[in-house]
Amino acid sequence: MNYIINAEKLNYRKLNLKIRNLLAGPNNNAVCGSNGTNPSITIRNVLGQRYIGDGLEHKNSIKIYGTPGNNLGAFMDGPVIEVYGSGQDGVGNTMNSGRIIIHGDAGDILGYSMRGGEIYIKGDIGYRGGINMKSYSGKVPVIVVGGSAGDFLGEYMAGGIIIVLGLKGKKVLDIPFVGGKRLVGNYVGTGMHGGKIYIREEPGQCKTGKEVRKMKIDGEDRKILYKYINNYSNLFDVKDEKISNGKNSADNFFKLIPYTHRPYGKLYAY
Amino acid sequence: MNNYKHMETTKNLKESKQHCFSRHRIPSGCAVFGIVNESGKTFNGSMVLDGISMMHERSNGLGGGFAAYGIYPQFKEDWAFHIFYDGSISKSQTEDVLKENFKIIFYEEIPTKNKSFVKDPPNMYRYFLKLKNNFVDSGANKKKIDTDSRIDKDIIKEKEEDFIVDLVMKVNSNIKGAYIISSGKNMGIFKGIGYPEDIGQFYKIDDYSAYLWTSHGRFPTNSVGWWGGAHPFGLLNWSVVHNGEISSYGANKRFVDGFGYECTLSTDTEVVTYLFDLLVRKQKIDLSIIHLILASPLWEEIKKMPEDKREILKAFRIIYSGALMNGPFSIIAANSDFMYALNDRIKLRPMVAAKKGNFLFVSSEEAAIRKVCSSPDILWHPRGGEPVIGVVNKQNIKNK
Repeated sequence: MNYIINAEKLNYRKLNLKIRNLLAGPNNNAVCGSNGTNPSITIRNVLGQRYIGDGLEHKNSIKIYGTPGNNLGAFMDGPVIEVYGSGQDGVGNTMNSGRIIIHGDAGDILGYSMRGGEIYIKGDIGYRGGINMKSYSGKVPVIVVGGSAGDFLGEYMAGGIIIVLGLKGKKVLDIPFVGGKRLVGNYVGTGMHGGKIYIREEPGQCKTGKEVRKMKIDGEDRKILYKYINNYSNLFDVKDEKISNGKNSADNFFKLIPYTHRPYGKLYAY
Repeated sequence: MNNYKHMETTKNLKESKQHCFSRHRIPSGCAVFGIVNESGKTFNGSMVLDGISMMHERSNGLGGGFAAYGIYPQFKEDWAFHIFYDGSISKSQTEDVLKENFKIIFYEEIPTKNKSFVKDPPNMYRYFLKLKNNFVDSGANKKKIDTDSRIDKDIIKEKEEDFIVDLVMKVNSNIKGAYIISSGKNMGIFKGIGYPEDIGQFYKIDDYSAYLWTSHGRFPTNSVGWWGGAHPFGLLNWSVVHNGEISSYGANKRFVDGFGYECTLSTDTEVVTYLFDLLVRKQKIDLSIIHLILASPLWEEIKKMPEDKREILKAFRIIYSGALMNGPFSIIAANSDFMYALNDRIKLRPMVAAKKGNFLFVSSEEAAIRKVCSSPDILWHPRGGEPVIGVVNKQNIKNK
């Protein structure tokens, strides 16, 4: 069963109530189609409506055409949201499971405090991608960015995986006045104390925070990269030789991991 | 649990309920939105109203406003003052000051719609004024001033502007209940308490045509919401809208105070306006480098720079340490020549920019831009400390 909602000039509360009633029922009991599958929704003309898909708990599919507002898929626990457009700030805030696929760019604090599920962004992301994301109870959240990422990527990151592919050739500008270009902004992994960040760039180019070290990838990393690059290529139908030559394409990445699990353990101890 | 029960049984239940409710933090922030047509072509206010209305959730009804450039072509050589009055005494006192210094070409109540859109608006008037003093033979400089020479013209213009700044400061700080909220030429500020879409309708801003519009939806956190304290904040042709807070307010206030600017309006946006006036109008620092003063790179960055750049940046930070704005902010400053948008250095507030032909858009959220321009030529998220500048081709405006 696929429902279609026209979101034009629809207030975000009304839109989200509609989605919730269609997908989860008024009491959040899953509404199943006659063949036992979960219904899906296509929402057209979305423009700035906040909190779409927030807190939904079942494996529904939501397709969004337009520009969804802040906190798309916050606290989401199961659905697959696919956006044909760009996301704003706070995509996947504290998301628990499910998938968000964005066929454009996304704003700041993507995957804020995310603790499970996967986010795929075809283009670039803003500042503080993956801030405070964590692994929790066997879950491993994953963010895959096709283009570039702004400053403070993986800030206070406690777990999970961030992968930056750098496919668009559009590089983040260095700080104004200084010039120069690089793929990921300044202070990557500041305060990081868990998880892994993979970046397809020369390690020397990357300006990290004090808490992380640059590592060569190993066998396990290859498996991880192969899996998620493959997902990215399939989801966006991208055939780019920079990432498509099988397991060898992983050689162009390096890994960032934290020095310690408790970087500030002694900060207030005396 | 006991406490809770006690609260339920208090006589003042309504009050305790309200107290409970107010403990919920509503996460939000102000909205800023600006459009400039760089060729100087004017367009009506419905576009900016459409854009800012998209970000309703970013404000809480305690302030909204608009700045518009090019709206008074019939009075373009006159000073256009928009003034709020709390009562009739402040009006007559202010008008005495105006009559003393200016020839009043025209004045009227600012046209507004039905007052049901807003709550308790002050009396508001606009005046179109010519200065009585032409400043040709004033000042310590005894040498005869040649009114045709470009340099001397600039001197006269600056003297006029300094005089206006002084006068605005005097009225705003000395006459109780009178606030000059806009004091430029061929521009005006329309603001008040309410959501921006209500304020825009109240002032009928779609009746005006401007080549540059900025707007603001307010969510005051550090200062009270009042009519004069809404954004944009204005002085001369300047207007500033601002989301966030200037944590360095104290240092900035002391810095501009040394140059004669008095901060009277208990809002940090005021000091931003004075910083722009000081750096751009008075000290004539090129627009393309003022972000290196206002949102200078961090010392850690400066250390890594090649020597020539490092020395310049060091000098800026030392000379202008009091002009460095710290804290989370995104601002749009404008005057009749340009629109200038800037974020704090580590981008703690959102900002999206887009271009379509001669139009440049700056907004807190992408959806607001897409509302008025569904397919921009380019759309980007500026970096912290990276300015977005739209310069207006004044030649076209003069030819109109």
